Amino acid sequence: MNILEDGGKGLLLGNEAIVRGLIEAGVRFASTYPGTPSSEIGNILEEISEEEGMYFEFSSNEKIALEVSAAAAAAGVRSFAFMKHVGLNVAADPLMTLAYSGVVGGMLVLSADDPSAHSSQNEQDNRYYALLSLLPMMEPSTPAEAKDMIRYAYEVSEELTLPVLYRTTTRVNHARSIVEFGPRTDTPAKGRFTKDDKRFVNIPAFAKLNRVRLLELNKKAQELSERSPHNRIEGSGDTGVITSGVSYTYVKEFTSDTSVLKLGFTNPLPEKKIADFIRGKRFVIVVEELDPFLEDQIFRICAQNGLSVPIYGKRSGHLPREWEYSPDTMKRLKDLISVRDMPTPLPPADVKLPGRPATLCAGCPHRGMFAATKKAVGKRDVVYCTDIGCYTLGLQPPFQAADFLICMGGGVGAAGGFDKSTDQKAIAFIGDSTFFHSGVGPLTSSLFNDHKITAVILDNRTTAMTGHQPNPGTGRSFGGIDTEPIDMETLVKGLGIKFVRTVDPYDVKAAEKVMKDALEFDGTAVVVSKCPCPLELKRNKQLIIRECRVDQSKCIHCHICVKTIACPALVKKGDTVETDPTQCIGCGMCANVCPKGAIEVGR
Amino acid sequence: MRYTVQIVGVGGQGVLLASMVLGTAAMRAGHKVSMSEVHGMAQRGGSVISTLRFGDDVISPLESTGGADLIMGFEPVETCRYLSLGNKGTFILMNLDPVYPSMVAAGFEEYPDIEKLVGSVKARTENLMTLDATKVAISVGKAVAANAVMIGAVAAVKGFPLKKELLKEVLLEIVPERSKDLNSKAFEAGYSAMS
Repeated sequence: MNILEDGGKGLLLGNEAIVRGLIEAGVRFASTYPGTPSSEIGNILEEISEEEGMYFEFSSNEKIALEVSAAAAAAGVRSFAFMKHVGLNVAADPLMTLAYSGVVGGMLVLSADDPSAHSSQNEQDNRYYALLSLLPMMEPSTPAEAKDMIRYAYEVSEELTLPVLYRTTTRVNHARSIVEFGPRTDTPAKGRFTKDDKRFVNIPAFAKLNRVRLLELNKKAQELSERSPHNRIEGSGDTGVITSGVSYTYVKEFTSDTSVLKLGFTNPLPEKKIADFIRGKRFVIVVEELDPFLEDQIFRICAQNGLSVPIYGKRSGHLPREWEYSPDTMKRLKDLISVRDMPTPLPPADVKLPGRPATLCAGCPHRGMFAATKKAVGKRDVVYCTDIGCYTLGLQPPFQAADFLICMGGGVGAAGGFDKSTDQKAIAFIGDSTFFHSGVGPLTSSLFNDHKITAVILDNRTTAMTGHQPNPGTGRSFGGIDTEPIDMETLVKGLGIKFVRTVDPYDVKAAEKVMKDALEFDGTAVVVSKCPCPLELKRNKQLIIRECRVDQSKCIHCHICVKTIACPALVKKGDTVETDPTQCIGCGMCANVCPKGAIEVGR
Repeated sequence: MRYTVQIVGVGGQGVLLASMVLGTAAMRAGHKVSMSEVHGMAQRGGSVISTLRFGDDVISPLESTGGADLIMGFEPVETCRYLSLGNKGTFILMNLDPVYPSMVAAGFEEYPDIEKLVGSVKARTENLMTLDATKVAISVGKAVAANAVMIGAVAAVKGFPLKKELLKEVLLEIVPERSKDLNSKAFEAGYSAMS
């Protein structure tokens, strides 16, 4: 099955279905900063965009991704900016005013939300961005619908001359269902920007007028929402359910005997359709994940229409505001509607099970840098500010090198705050991709305000956590475009930072020495830990495996290797330590810290 | 008819491949299919779960707790961790080959005795089937074919709605050309081990 085929069907992941939707809608321009659960869209576009006649880029952050796509759409080219939910916070600044300018070619802004925070730092409900920006919004429920709704969303975007917020959640992006392939739309790959200052230059005098234009367009959008095929009633009866997104699938399969208003076009809401649906019902239940976005507006719609039908959902306490929903959530409605019988689960096993959290890989260079930092710090009172990426896993023992985490690039900024507000030494860990995303700004500010911090840039030559996308530090070579890597050390030195040193994290002892100097430095110090991610090397078939072996005759069972590196390839059996040949890549970090030279690195 | 398979294991064991083979076979058999997968952390040694549902009017990507018809456990501890996905009538296929979590490898936590794990599941259900998929895979060629052994074993599960030949056909389409022979043997060995 190939998503580029002309017809037929496939069992597609939500993110694959979305790419297929872009192809069918004739989207010619796409941009992103990778973030789960939207990441696979970028990985696929990296492979196929050129063949499909689409320009695609990994922008260095979401704000830029939104801006480049906004420009393409202003020039009449159908564009697509996509990101995870917290990415839209970064892109919120251009989004708010882009709503005032609007677009010429259709534009979708995809926000992949993550209820239950499977791979995120919060569970924010980005549907409120639609209310805040006054932009139309669509919410698909399944991969098949995620594909189909894209073409429709572009038509709406062009009719309204506004970008459309396309809101998915993890259980749409990472669900898989049967998707029928439709025909492609032909649209121009190149546009031309026509000057229109009143729309595209939002100085106060024009912005005031554009707010009026936007409110007028919202009236038109509401008419489209009223007659949208994606806002539809299924079944009949005197009890009603109003639902959107993946929640619809749980309602559909696990409850029965109600009339369901399924909403796909969720901003502006089809207020007349909703009022007509509610009128005459005994009661209505609103089923939506996270915040009462639909529910609170439905209360308002009822009030405006003089309807006193009881509305149940989050405000009534029936349904939760936290975490993603599932078929189990429907059980909470069994006093109100028919809910399918669910079998009694087996009781849990009565054996203590070891945990299995995600962990830094065998041979992960971050292990070496954490070990070196911990040794250099010694008994010093420090605050470890960390950031978004694999290295957040430095939270786990034995490193415990994560005390403060808020957002992309947030660690370096926060470190400056700890430096000025405490007597603790602040250390910030930040990855290479994250550094280019939003690390340069705080480092500049740190130098400007004399924050005496140590910023450790964990440069593993890729954007690892989200599936190994290129970043400015690696250069790009796809889609017919090749660019040189941007040299991080030159950039940092160019700012004027006086202490800039690069270390090899596999040489833990040498890295420790440099870290000691950095911690003593009176000012902003930067240490670049440079070593490619072994997973990325493996993917590119560049990983040379040189297995390590423990010489049991030299080993004194001090377990320093296990305690400082804790590599999954080091296996402690009773008192002896062995290497696991199926995992070991022969990086030699354990050999480097062994006080007796008992670990041999193969050749 | 509706049928749910919960596939549990550790990132890198082939959970996603197995769910793709079963899901594609279900689609070929004319069923509606809805699945949910764990992505992102799968390569970081964490516990992973894939839900596969097929049949008439299936649309939800998730199943209720206890609602599985089959639990395909690629790893003993993970099978026990997700026991509550099944009920008394659920068939549980449990691979006995352990993958040690990093904290166990480092000596901070202990991995329980496999017999204890099996005993605990047996005390809760009569529908447990165990096999050492890695051993079976090695006996026909290579340990990496353990997931093909598991898929072959599923074909032998009582009442499993998809035909053995169909599963094998899809498996052999999905795996790389050079390992077709190995996967074919491993699939058959898995099937024989269960029947």
